[in-house]
Amino acid sequence: MANSFKHGIHPPEKKEISADKSIKRFPFAPYLVIHLAQHIGKPAKAIVKEGQEVQRGQKIAEADGFVSVPMHSPATGVIKKIAPMLDFDGKMSPSIIIEPHPGSDQNVLVGREVEPDSLTPEEIVKAVQEMGMVGLGGAAFPSHVKFSPPKDKPVQTLIINGAECEPYLTSDYRVMLEQAKRILRGIKIVMKALGAKETIIGIEDNKKDAAQVLKDAISVDDSAVKYVKVEVLKTKYPQGAEKMLTKALVNKEIPSGGLPADIGVMVSNIATVSEIGELLPKGQGLIERVVTISGKGVDNPGNYLIPMGTPLEFVLKHAGVNEKARHVIFGGPMMGKSAAYLEMPITKGASGILVMTEEEHAPKKQKVYPCIRCGECVNACPLFLNPSRLGILARNDEFDKMAEDYNLNDCFECGSCTYVCPSNIPLVQYFRVAKKVLREGRQRKQQSIAG
Amino acid sequence: MQDEKNKKGIIKMDSKFLKIDISSSPHVKRPVDVKKIMRNVVFALLPVSAFAVYAFGISALTLIVTTTFFSVVTEYVIDLIEKKESTVGDYSAVITGLLLGLTLPPGFPIWMAALGGIVSIALGKYLFGGLGFNVYNPALVGRGFLQAAFPVSISTWHPSFQADRFTSFFSSNLAFPFAKPTVDSVSGATPLAAFKFEQKSTEVANLIFGQTDGSLGETGGLLILLCGMYLAVRKMLDWRIPAGIFAAVILLSVIFNLINPEKYPSAMFMLFSGGLMIGAVFMATDMVTSPVTSLGTWLYAIMIGILIYVIRVWGGLPEGVMFAILLGNSLAPIFNILTKPRVYGTKKAGAK
Repeated sequence: MANSFKHGIHPPEKKEISADKSIKRFPFAPYLVIHLAQHIGKPAKAIVKEGQEVQRGQKIAEADGFVSVPMHSPATGVIKKIAPMLDFDGKMSPSIIIEPHPGSDQNVLVGREVEPDSLTPEEIVKAVQEMGMVGLGGAAFPSHVKFSPPKDKPVQTLIINGAECEPYLTSDYRVMLEQAKRILRGIKIVMKALGAKETIIGIEDNKKDAAQVLKDAISVDDSAVKYVKVEVLKTKYPQGAEKMLTKALVNKEIPSGGLPADIGVMVSNIATVSEIGELLPKGQGLIERVVTISGKGVDNPGNYLIPMGTPLEFVLKHAGVNEKARHVIFGGPMMGKSAAYLEMPITKGASGILVMTEEEHAPKKQKVYPCIRCGECVNACPLFLNPSRLGILARNDEFDKMAEDYNLNDCFECGSCTYVCPSNIPLVQYFRVAKKVLREGRQRKQQSIAG
Repeated sequence: MQDEKNKKGIIKMDSKFLKIDISSSPHVKRPVDVKKIMRNVVFALLPVSAFAVYAFGISALTLIVTTTFFSVVTEYVIDLIEKKESTVGDYSAVITGLLLGLTLPPGFPIWMAALGGIVSIALGKYLFGGLGFNVYNPALVGRGFLQAAFPVSISTWHPSFQADRFTSFFSSNLAFPFAKPTVDSVSGATPLAAFKFEQKSTEVANLIFGQTDGSLGETGGLLILLCGMYLAVRKMLDWRIPAGIFAAVILLSVIFNLINPEKYPSAMFMLFSGGLMIGAVFMATDMVTSPVTSLGTWLYAIMIGILIYVIRVWGGLPEGVMFAILLGNSLAPIFNILTKPRVYGTKKAGAK
């Protein structure tokens, strides 16, 4: 019996569209757009000038403070412009626009090679920041910050998320099949940074072959075999959520409002450790990432290694977008965000690009019925919240009550409640609005006190 | 100026090549909605209704059609009066009408059945605010009203499988409104009443295959169970509710039957007699009026099972399914509160 958490849902997996497509390199777009604020934290500061020639892998922006990461040029070319460009939220965000040289051999700038074993934990944290590394699962939180937990909360167990529970996405699956050695190298580096004693890799049982590849790689690695193990998990959404993984793998719960470090664990995405294992020893920065392109709206679905900054329009055309395409989504179908503009580039947090047709996507206009108290959402919520009750409170604008009596702020917006609701009530959408209203209310209060 | 330059010189964009829609996550949806669930419940009730017609003839057909028609019309008219979009299309009024019809005795006067349909929807459902807000199962509210208003008619039983059932009504069916219905000379007794008042037992096989007297929809025990299983397999019915009711009734029956088999009927007799099967499968499982938590659902079901047994064996009435479910309905909100699960990452249930 595979490990798991309680509740959750089983949406159609749809992984067969791209699962057997090995990772292929993407060509360079005519121009690349590097947002300086594509991670959580302070935006990076540009250190290049318009018109300057840059080499692939060269640092073009530096971190501004601790919770910030630098950017590296994904191509050899010229800095065309440093100007605001549309970002995800429709805001103009400072960006560097690079025009790759068509004739260039696009060799990556040779970095300063290091022997990870010789580094101290502090030096690893510094090197990870220098790589421009962020969580590749989607949140884009700077990795080095996660690798520096508070001194009074030591991390014993490193959990590696290979669950990839979102439907459609297969990039982590391909990474596990094709990059086992890099993953183990990355795990050792991260463990050293954290001072962790053991590592558990959690993989859903629809990817048993990937689990076997990693098990085989571990068995022939003298040091890994002692402290790294692979656990197969039940295929269920949202198995890959931090809170669910810790429950399934170490049977501990991250306290409400707390951090994984509070219970001695740290969760990292499998693609993140793979990139660290590859790039850190070479002293290179993060300039490309594996992205699943899937959905019935493209004729060439697959797993592609795409240079950062490649505009969506180029991505779609190269993947053979067809006339049935209606929705373009960054990430998976459960938690991904709709793209509103095709000018938007691939960022460090983009694990998938879904191009869905009208039939594939949830219906645009659905009749909303009253809540019939069927309990589907209650039995789907992985956190044991009561979405039905929260939904009714949200309709009545009782946001404070939602937070105080019904644990609104524990919700991480997995969308399971909305997915199952037979009354088509947009529950998770209500919760997002409620949280936003409460957050803004708090900010106003603080400002008025300060003022 | 800057924008102009952006558009023209630096970046050539052709985002018009694809028209895209935006929406907020999740972008996929389980293809099940209220209408689909309700429609399937109606499908599941059709074989049960057909069997009622087969067993009791045109009386059954007329009664079921009458209650369904008046339920739906009442819903339609109230929506008109309230100037709301009609909710008839969600099939819930059809279910209420069918269920009410199936709980009536075969010789029940038709005008009373019509009144029952109106009361079910008007008092059982709209008084509380319509679908999703009612506390009690509307069909049982209608049934309860009829039992209180017409105690004789609702406990007068006619035998099933009469030779002329497809050509003639029971005379009491056609009773004129507010006139005292004539009582047929041949009047049967339900297996439960026979056991309770005459200590006469009925063959369990006859109960299972519907060869007994009783309300229209309660005689074909096995058929009801199969129809319920169809819904449970399609995840449109919470199997825990019938399971909990059965478990409680079986446990009590076995214990007391061992103590004194003369006085206490066997478990199989209890399960397949009276309204237990249709009540447990189709009425107690009404989503609106049952609890939402897993543990709450079990408690609700077990409590209904115990109440059915207690009313049947020690109460003044031969049958207790209706009151047991109505009591269960009224406690459903309390079960939800009492069984509120502990939220992930918190110390105890309901902690802030």
